[in-house]
Amino acid sequence: MKKAAIMKRLLSTFALAGAFGLCAAGAQAATKLDQVKAKGFVQCGVSQGLPGFSSPDDKGSWTGLDVDFCRAVASAIFNDPTKVKFTPLSAKDRFTALQSGDIDILSRNTTWTITRDTSLGLNFTGVTYYDGQGFMIRKDKKVNSALELSGASVCTQTGTTTEQNLADYFRANNMTYEVIAFATNDEVVKAYDAGRCDVLTTDRSGLAGERLKLTNPDDHVVLPEIISKEPLGPVVAHGDDQWFDIVKWVLFAQINAEELGVTSKNVEEQQKSATNPEIKRLLGTEGKFGEGMGIGNDWAFQIVKGVGNYGEMYDRNVGPATPLKLERGANALWTKGGQQYGMPIR
Amino acid sequence: MSDLVEPVQGHSKGASFINDPKVRSIGLQLVALILVVVFGWMFMENARDNLAAQKIATGFGFLDNTAGFGISQTLIPYTETSTYGRAFVVGLLNTILVAVVGIFLATIIGFLVGIGRLSKNFVVRLISTTYVEVLRNLPPLFQILFWYLAVLSALPSPRDSISLFGEVFLSNRGIIIPRPLFGDGYGIVLWAIGLALLLAILFGHWAAGRQEETGRRLPVLWINLAMLIGIPLIAMIVTGFPITFERPELKGFNFAGGMRVIPEFVALTLALATYTAAFIAENVRAGIQSVSHGQTEAAHSLGLRNGPTLRLVIIPQAMRVIIPPLTSQYLNLTKNSSLAVGIGYPDLVAVFAGTSLNQTGQAIEIIAITMGVYLLLSIITAFIMNAYNKRVALVER
Repeated sequence: MKKAAIMKRLLSTFALAGAFGLCAAGAQAATKLDQVKAKGFVQCGVSQGLPGFSSPDDKGSWTGLDVDFCRAVASAIFNDPTKVKFTPLSAKDRFTALQSGDIDILSRNTTWTITRDTSLGLNFTGVTYYDGQGFMIRKDKKVNSALELSGASVCTQTGTTTEQNLADYFRANNMTYEVIAFATNDEVVKAYDAGRCDVLTTDRSGLAGERLKLTNPDDHVVLPEIISKEPLGPVVAHGDDQWFDIVKWVLFAQINAEELGVTSKNVEEQQKSATNPEIKRLLGTEGKFGEGMGIGNDWAFQIVKGVGNYGEMYDRNVGPATPLKLERGANALWTKGGQQYGMPIR
Repeated sequence: MSDLVEPVQGHSKGASFINDPKVRSIGLQLVALILVVVFGWMFMENARDNLAAQKIATGFGFLDNTAGFGISQTLIPYTETSTYGRAFVVGLLNTILVAVVGIFLATIIGFLVGIGRLSKNFVVRLISTTYVEVLRNLPPLFQILFWYLAVLSALPSPRDSISLFGEVFLSNRGIIIPRPLFGDGYGIVLWAIGLALLLAILFGHWAAGRQEETGRRLPVLWINLAMLIGIPLIAMIVTGFPITFERPELKGFNFAGGMRVIPEFVALTLALATYTAAFIAENVRAGIQSVSHGQTEAAHSLGLRNGPTLRLVIIPQAMRVIIPPLTSQYLNLTKNSSLAVGIGYPDLVAVFAGTSLNQTGQAIEIIAITMGVYLLLSIITAFIMNAYNKRVALVER
């Protein structure tokens, strides 16, 4: 972790202590939506660079699945997917940033667990990517299964569910290991590349992304075992149900759009000519669902126009045509054998 | 009679109680103290209410919960089923280990380089000056990363590790040395080592006293070395060598058995020691230069050579100037050890303010504990150094 990052982290902890220490309990400030509208953009917490999910390009503009989700929220509120500012956060800093109000949404490949949902003052709004933890190893070690990893040195990032899953898996299978935990992804990759550890572990989607940063990506292989459930999704702070609802329904709208075949290319035409009542409700030509959340009735139209439906977002960032080459798998629609299921808009 | 005598101190008769400077200063300080305490109490109460309102867990109960994560270097027994409290102690000990070893190395290197800066030999002076100028002008984090990545990329994988006599192995997993195994009767050997140490110290004192009296010097070093090696050796022979060594063996991915010094520790300690040594060297140079040149000339005219002049005349006087800034450098080194997170060394910040904080989410409690610990470590270091400073300080007559 860079010194500046440590300072930032301390500052945000102080801000947190200060915010909780100085504000009178119970004093109700303006709603999150009003605050966001007033400042004119959504402040979105993302990773410090994970290809496919959130990474800045050489011009400093962010791309990825998690990034696109924030753009979808901005589209719903401002009718403009560019009204987002991104805050890169390390795994350990992310929740503090959300608790202290530095960011409005945390969209940073974050695993939904009971501890995080119930004791950190946070709410998970849904699952943008169903994942599981895996292992990556050098091909020349000739290992075909995670069960052959006894005695291995394992590199990982601190402040993730990964460390505990790793401990559980090796303990359950009576294997020994050594864990070296780094503060940021880049440090993990550098140490693994330099040979400090035999194995790199994180979510399998993360492995696909990290692999691209290695000197010779083709020398490494991801082992078949999936040792945990890692439902990754956006998070908001407790205390503002309206904001929670908006963020939750942005994802459902994207999934519904894919189920109904509404894409960024045909959405304008669909809005004008669709006869299917489900599509009409989704795109706001029938019913006043946006009003209920305090945003425009064409909110879902704006999301699909600005960012696309869930499938488009997936294919653009992590799908088989991208360097990550991740099949839809568990993230396919429920109608196609996957788990993505949009709650009904009615 | 007594009521005729005016008290010299205390408030005078007739003057208002409020105008008494003593009462006044105590009163003001009391008010300030009460304000601080009340403010602190309100801050805490408020923080607790607000955290509770947001349903964020509070309190220190989490220290008894199972941590469930592994740590790569533990000085005390620790497993994944240990508590967060135990993880805290493991992290703390790792921090202290780096601080102590780092301070020890930094002091030695710093003194050598500092003296080298004033050497009459051009090459020694040049090397020392270059050392100081390069190392103190680069940020410590880069030096740590440099050592870590340079060390790692230079060393081979465990399978092709560099071996010394087939006992010590050097690889990118660290330095692996044989582990001593203690059999029956090793207690006697330990007692013998203790006895040898005690005898060596006593003999040193006695020899110094004798030199004061008679002016004759004894070969203290050689006699002490003989005692320190000889006595434990005799004890070993008598008890039939109860201490054996477990040799590290390559097994699967890594070495099994033996003891290991992890590369993170090596990189962090070396980087901090060499970095801090550059500052210490400047303190030492300043201290030596603060001693008037007349002292050197006086020592030379008494017939002392360069070595003894430095050791017996210059350094003791220079210490008075060196110690206070040296204390600051020791504190800096201890605090800089928190840069360990950059290379994955499991120090207090990485283990406790990192992993534990993230898993429990109790940022305020954990950061407060961590800051308290660094404060305590710094105060202890400063206390020891101040005590030493008092001992070497110039006693005015």
